[in-house]
Amino acid sequence: MNDTASHAHGRIAAGRRWLADYLGLGLALALLVLVFSLSTRHFFSLTTFQTIANQIPSAILIATGMTYVLLIAGIDLSVGSVLGLCTAVVGVGLAQGHWPAPLAILAGLAAGLAAGAFNGLVSIRWNLPPFIVTLGMLEIARGGAHFLTRSQTQYVGSALAPIVETHLLGLSLPFLLALAVVLGSQWILTRTVFGRYLVAIGTNEEAVRLSGIDPRPIKIAVYLYSGLLVALAAVIDTARFESANPNAGSGFELQAIAAVVIGGTSLMGGRGSVVSSFFGVLIIAVLNTGLAAVGARDETKRLVTGLVIVAAVIVDQYRHRWSQTKP
Amino acid sequence: MPGMTRPADTPLLLRTAGLTKDYATRVLDSVDLEILEGEVHALVGENGAGKSTLARILAGLIRPDAGHIELAGEPYAPSGKRQAEAQGVRMVMQELNVIGRLTVAESIFFGHLPHRWGAIDYPGLHRAARPLMDQVGLSDVAPDRPLETLGVGRQQMVEIAAALSRQCRLLILDEPTAALTAPEIERLFDQIRRLGQQGVSFLYISHRMEEIQRISDRISVLRDGRLLTTRGAAGFGLDEVVRLMVGRPLEETRLAASRPPNGPALRVDGLAAPPALRHASFELRFGEILGLAGLMGAGRTEMLRAIFGADRRAAGRICLRGSSAPARIDHPRDAVRQGIALLTEDRKAQGLLLPLSVLANVTLNHLRPFCRAGGRIQAAAERRAVEQWLDQLGVRCRSPLQPVAELSGGNQQKVLMARWLHRNCDILLLDEPTRGIDVGARFEIHRLLRQGADQGRAILMASSDLRELLGVCDRIGVMSAGRWVATFDRNTCSQDDLLHAALSGYTRTHP
Repeated sequence: MNDTASHAHGRIAAGRRWLADYLGLGLALALLVLVFSLSTRHFFSLTTFQTIANQIPSAILIATGMTYVLLIAGIDLSVGSVLGLCTAVVGVGLAQGHWPAPLAILAGLAAGLAAGAFNGLVSIRWNLPPFIVTLGMLEIARGGAHFLTRSQTQYVGSALAPIVETHLLGLSLPFLLALAVVLGSQWILTRTVFGRYLVAIGTNEEAVRLSGIDPRPIKIAVYLYSGLLVALAAVIDTARFESANPNAGSGFELQAIAAVVIGGTSLMGGRGSVVSSFFGVLIIAVLNTGLAAVGARDETKRLVTGLVIVAAVIVDQYRHRWSQTKP
Repeated sequence: MPGMTRPADTPLLLRTAGLTKDYATRVLDSVDLEILEGEVHALVGENGAGKSTLARILAGLIRPDAGHIELAGEPYAPSGKRQAEAQGVRMVMQELNVIGRLTVAESIFFGHLPHRWGAIDYPGLHRAARPLMDQVGLSDVAPDRPLETLGVGRQQMVEIAAALSRQCRLLILDEPTAALTAPEIERLFDQIRRLGQQGVSFLYISHRMEEIQRISDRISVLRDGRLLTTRGAAGFGLDEVVRLMVGRPLEETRLAASRPPNGPALRVDGLAAPPALRHASFELRFGEILGLAGLMGAGRTEMLRAIFGADRRAAGRICLRGSSAPARIDHPRDAVRQGIALLTEDRKAQGLLLPLSVLANVTLNHLRPFCRAGGRIQAAAERRAVEQWLDQLGVRCRSPLQPVAELSGGNQQKVLMARWLHRNCDILLLDEPTRGIDVGARFEIHRLLRQGADQGRAILMASSDLRELLGVCDRIGVMSAGRWVATFDRNTCSQDDLLHAALSGYTRTHP
């Protein structure tokens, strides 16, 4: 095969993959918006989209970290509780300690990093499945949140208001931050050595080790990153609600995994995309808001979301097969 | 049974006509194959010749694009594995379907376990398993013994017994001896002959020519998806078979060094990692290929892994490049940084990133040359470098972006060699580098190894094939029962010497 042909082939293959990755998700999202817009007059409005944009930054950040974790064939069940812990640290610092806002934020981020370090180091040092370690962390962090706050919601008033009130081009600072994290993480994943290692470790960790690369620091870095992004999400939520509830973030781990899986990232590791997870978060958010707008009750929302998750994984299997078939 | 014609007295069991299958290219091209009742029919061909595709069609795993099959005169078009098995055609896989902690009897009847109200009828199961186990020479094994406690050879017998539990007419064996020891192979052959007398037919796929000549009644040669010929095994010479498979006569495979070796590359003193590796001392020089012979379980793999830092060492010193200070190797990372490479025995599980591209597989452990600020990979430079390696090693693939899983075994092995050469490793530890690789590609790999040594690299190569070692290596070390027992010069030793040394550890007692 001559060089031009193989280049052209590579480009077609890449284009095909790109289409398979994003076109389907974009269409699904557009379809959802269309259906809800036709179903009720209340849905298709600037207010709706602003509401969604304000709600989802923390979900996007968490899903981004979760994508990295799933890519290396790990899992992080502690994200919801760690969000609770971080928000408790920030809330207690502000409400009880009367700390300056930057200090409280830094303390919150440190708590997230500490939780990530625990997850990574413990699972590697004692060779434990991350499912178990992060399940333990789920309880530890929730316990810590209640311990710090004495199970009382901490009201922080407008101490963090600038975070949510800053707008650029009509978009809030948290939304822009989340977008930047998504794009940056996707860039790291597809263009850098670190990203290449993530995919390689998720594909065959033993082969990576025997090629002379130590997978351990890379895996620890991934859990640290997940912890840091959760802490960022916690700061944003604390600012948005002007309070720190020790129960904040309950069930977020499953929502994050759902969003990532809807985006087509494999639970077996080695295959995934941060941008797809971003679409996954959007789909869940539109679904929730849309169902609320048509007057669906909470139980209906959960039922529909559950079906969508299963359907998305089925569709993804076919999509994956299509993008793999040879032209 | 000479010639193309089949003997009139043996009834035909299975006939394919115009069997064709296309993937990216035509993999099977109108194959007309005839299998007689009770015969052992060997199917040979290079990797990618279409053997596995043909076998998988017969076993109902995939469907042909054209052509049809008759089984005992009836049209046969299985919709899947189950239906094929119901009609008496079964394939014993290359990788055994050993499921978790099942017992022998459970694995034999897996899929149709006798049960009463949903509860497995164990006494009935064990009663039914007994005669089948006796039939394949497992009379001394209890039916409730966990399968995993048996050796690979006997696990394979269990697979065959499982095939017999369903009135098997055609049993397809794909490289059945790959993981077997010599006595196990004998036992397998005995069973094949016995079952053949009872009228069971075998389609026997293998690269091992001597075995094929011993066991098969007729041999079919596939090349590039076409069935070239089917002939009686008697009088079908090995050279002739290989010539047909490859499409050209094989050159004399004895490769000589072009110059004497240079300085010391690796010195190992008293290396031990019990229980498998007890004591190994040897020296490897730059510019030479040192072979490593030994029976299965002699500790060859364990020794290579211990040198490479993949497993923990209990004792011993490793000195590199003539230095008298021991090298510090606690992790494969340390070994690779000091220029040592390990080509693992199991390239799929321990070497390749199968779903990823050829490109990502080659550059995995050495992305630095393409690295720009922030760890960004310069895609164009990476691709150029990989294309150069693929060209230099003669890797056949559509594009560097093709998933490495789609390549043949020989090309996959070359991709892994490209990885280590790209990483600038000059001390290469190779564990069975040509296992499961067809004759033509094997020769190319031998040539690459010789070329690597001539360029000054040090190569230590473990192989179970003594003729390969004698053909390729300058010196040959032998391990036996976990010890390095002898080192021979290839010009002054024979296969017999090597075999004697390999057996010595099991007959003598060591202090």
